[in-house]
Amino acid sequence: MDTIFALASAWGKSGVAVIRISGDHAFDAVEALSGKLPLVRQASLRRLVHAGIFLDEALVLLFEKGASFTGEKSAELQIHGSVATLKAVLGALGVLPGLRLAEPGEFTRRAMENGRLDLTQVEGLIDLIDAETEAQRRQAIAVMSGELGRKAELWRKETIRAAALIEAGIDFSDEDVPDDVTDEVVALLSKLKRSISAEIDGAKAAESIRAGFEVAIVGAPNVGKSTLLNALAGREAAITSEVAGTTRDVIEVRMEIAGLAVTLLDTAGLRETEDQIEKIGVARAMIRAKQADLRIFLMDGKEDLPIAPLAGDIVVIGKADLGQTAGATLSGLTGQGVDDLVDQIGERLLFKVNSPSLLTHERHRQAMSRTLDALDAAERVLQSGGMVEVAAAEMRRGAMALEMLIGRVGVEDLLGEIFTRFCIGK
Amino acid sequence: MFHVKHFDVIVIGGGHAGAEAAAASARMGAKTALVTLRKASIGVMSCNPAIGGLGKGHLVREIDAMDGIMGRAADASGIQFRLLNRRKGPAVQGPRAQTDRKLYRNAIQQLLAGEENLVIVEGEVVSLLVTGDSFRGVILADDTQLFAATGILTAGTFLNGLIHIGSKKTAGGRIGDSPSLKLAHQLAEIRMKGGRLKTGTPPRLDGATIDWDVTEKQPGDENPVLFSFLNKVPAVSQVSCGITHTNEKTHEIIRENLRYSAMYGGHIEGVGPRYCPSIEDKVVRFADKTSHQIFLEPEGLDDRTIYPNGISSSLPIEVQNDYVHSIVGLERAVILQPAYAIEYDFFDPRGLTQTLMTRNMKGLFFAGQINGTTGYEEAAAQGLVAGLNAASRALGGDAIQFSRTDSYIGVMIDDLTSYGVTEPYRMFTSRAEFRLSLRADNADQRLTPRAIQIGCVRPLRRGLFQKKLAALDAGKQLLSESMHGPKALRAAGIQVTLDGGRRDILRVMAMPGVTRAQIDSLEPEAMGIDPAIRTQIENDALYQQYLDRQDHDVAALKKEELAVIPEGFPYIGLPGLSAEAANKLQNRQPETLAQASKIEGITPAALTLILAHLKKAKRAIGK
Repeated sequence: MDTIFALASAWGKSGVAVIRISGDHAFDAVEALSGKLPLVRQASLRRLVHAGIFLDEALVLLFEKGASFTGEKSAELQIHGSVATLKAVLGALGVLPGLRLAEPGEFTRRAMENGRLDLTQVEGLIDLIDAETEAQRRQAIAVMSGELGRKAELWRKETIRAAALIEAGIDFSDEDVPDDVTDEVVALLSKLKRSISAEIDGAKAAESIRAGFEVAIVGAPNVGKSTLLNALAGREAAITSEVAGTTRDVIEVRMEIAGLAVTLLDTAGLRETEDQIEKIGVARAMIRAKQADLRIFLMDGKEDLPIAPLAGDIVVIGKADLGQTAGATLSGLTGQGVDDLVDQIGERLLFKVNSPSLLTHERHRQAMSRTLDALDAAERVLQSGGMVEVAAAEMRRGAMALEMLIGRVGVEDLLGEIFTRFCIGK
Repeated sequence: MFHVKHFDVIVIGGGHAGAEAAAASARMGAKTALVTLRKASIGVMSCNPAIGGLGKGHLVREIDAMDGIMGRAADASGIQFRLLNRRKGPAVQGPRAQTDRKLYRNAIQQLLAGEENLVIVEGEVVSLLVTGDSFRGVILADDTQLFAATGILTAGTFLNGLIHIGSKKTAGGRIGDSPSLKLAHQLAEIRMKGGRLKTGTPPRLDGATIDWDVTEKQPGDENPVLFSFLNKVPAVSQVSCGITHTNEKTHEIIRENLRYSAMYGGHIEGVGPRYCPSIEDKVVRFADKTSHQIFLEPEGLDDRTIYPNGISSSLPIEVQNDYVHSIVGLERAVILQPAYAIEYDFFDPRGLTQTLMTRNMKGLFFAGQINGTTGYEEAAAQGLVAGLNAASRALGGDAIQFSRTDSYIGVMIDDLTSYGVTEPYRMFTSRAEFRLSLRADNADQRLTPRAIQIGCVRPLRRGLFQKKLAALDAGKQLLSESMHGPKALRAAGIQVTLDGGRRDILRVMAMPGVTRAQIDSLEPEAMGIDPAIRTQIENDALYQQYLDRQDHDVAALKKEELAVIPEGFPYIGLPGLSAEAANKLQNRQPETLAQASKIEGITPAALTLILAHLKKAKRAIGK
């Protein structure tokens, strides 16, 4: 059985967050991060360090097999409840051998299998698990329709192609199929690996910039985005002027909304431009806006923007002080509607905090790492002239890890690829 | 004449599924009747004269490991043995043999004749005797009634069989045999969902009219590898196959006459297999290929018939003549029997439990092509499963199930009963997720102990197996206790880092490029191990580090497979289970938690809930 871990408390900023670890490697995991193990059932303060980097100071608790929530060897890490710390500790656990993030309901299921819960307790927990599963399903659909989904779909195709080349040589070796496909497969794997690595590196960079939520203010030039930012920040963080296109780079302001760490982003107005510097600014604005956790679309009622609001984004009409646009409710200049906007931002972010989308994000990163690891192993086997069936097994492992992102890669897909490419059947 | 006879198990059909089912049932000690249209047709190979191959060879080995008959019959009749993928690792090697049709049939008939619990009845089953929803027996065309606790239907392609040659249609189960129409009608009434599939064969040629001098030769292996763990060398003399190719002229003829093909002329509604396309299919789907390989397979030692593997077709006979004659070496070849396509009924195997018993009629089992599979080996493997279970049920024993983690048989049964079929189902090694551990070479180690336990193994095999196991254990112990440091390994010519610890020989053996001579220099006692046993130890050691990694997955799956959901589990109204999930589960009636998890839309929460109730029921019984 794998050792599983998950955040047991709610996401977001809190005094204390609890991470639960359960399984045979639970103590090993704690030892790997905190050094000397405390006695069981005795809370001890430990410094958590991973790869030479200090993560947090934590209260560590160990439970022996048969004396824990799941009935397995378990550990609890009580850490500081900031999103950055949570991500860092969960990320560190994810790369330890034999550990993985728990599936929805997995702790409960293990607890029940080990006779630690009675039926009514389980039934009480079902709704919770269902909600989480449903939220994950929705998240998966969101991913599938987004950029990562398109990439994952491509990886899936390429993994199946590479595996099919190998499998055709195994299952149809006495037929008209190409004999030595090593070079072609290795080329495919290298390309795949580069693409997945780039994605993982990107994901890491984005996370280290964050350490909280990003809220981007987007809109056409000169609708008052910088003025709004300054009103929200309570200081002149951004230069404002009557000239459209004043803001060129992305301006970040850190503040707290509803108890959450928020980085407000003021971005360049979105428009077609010949100005080289402004062009770069617009491109950056688009990228950062897409990556942000929430977007505030500041409109003046007539613009046609190159990006559309996603579900949950806030759309407001500004420059209410001029009284020229119908439906205008906000003015950065007079402060009209700013408090309402802050409330609204807080509400939306709190909603996100309580959905497992962040956890899913970490899950995706781990899925990609696992895929990369497996494809790497497959490539090494092939390059060293090793056994193709072992390479095939590694690719299968990679494909299974990808399932996290894109759903099942069944054997039927593999056979389908073989039969389309090769004339099988003597 | 009106007769009544009583048996434990009745097997209907004497093809590969029926023969294996009857043998398995008899080995279990059940009084078994095999009912067939013609005694002399038992064990007939209606398609190509070959047994085994990749995936399929694994199945034959597994049948043999359960003391079945297919492997022994193939060994007795094999006229060209080849171990496929010989240059790849043992996990993907598959034994294959060309067989002499007549010798194969004789071998099967002889093996069945040797089963003392088995009676062979010649006759046509016209209907099933049913009480309520339970099988009671069968009625033959001559009004004879046979009663039994369980029955196995292995109707092959005979249910509503329809043979196509061009636009000509003939009702029939195999060329020259009539179809089973009455039975098909009755089965339609037991409310099993079904569909229509098709398969085809090539024209059979007269070998004396083939110009062999211009074809390539494909000999068998120098050191033949046989199917049965009981056999070491071929029983009869060995021959070569010929190889020739289609050419542009062949393809031209086929393209010009496509509209006359039963397949392309719109006469066939059944779905054919993608991996066994007709020559029409190949020419259409792979239009850029200018040539396709044809294996000229002899059908027997004293039989001039040649099976040209690779040119199955449903074109009219005149066109078959033309395209055959366009092929190098076949210019003057005489067609002895035309190619044909055959359409037949199958039943959705999701209507079966994992023992292959129909869910709608207790005691009635289905095995072979009737379940949507293709191939002798797939049929025989199902026959084995149905035979063992029909006998066990008739004798009051437990269900005998195979798992994806222990056998290709388990993979096939699970695929069929969980996912159903969309084209004729054939075994491939890529279907087995635990391929590195489910090897043809260790089928006996995987399955024979269990076979001994359930009582379907004869003393001869049991003795040989136990001896082999003891030799394996002794050899492994010797090698695992022989430890060597990095310096000693380097001295033997094995490249290791000097900072590594001591390794035992089992681990050293698995390192790439290590030779037997190197092992012998490290551990001279290794030379004393029997070469066959040593090969087996090497095969077992080879994948060990990958298998260790798989152990988690195997354990997880086994656990879910062991969580059996009893019949009549109260899904509807179960607190916490959505109505949609409850309905799906109610319809599909999964037998285990593993099966339930494969049903689309069944969430972890639902599985947890089911498991909770299973635990509760267990505790209640325990009290």
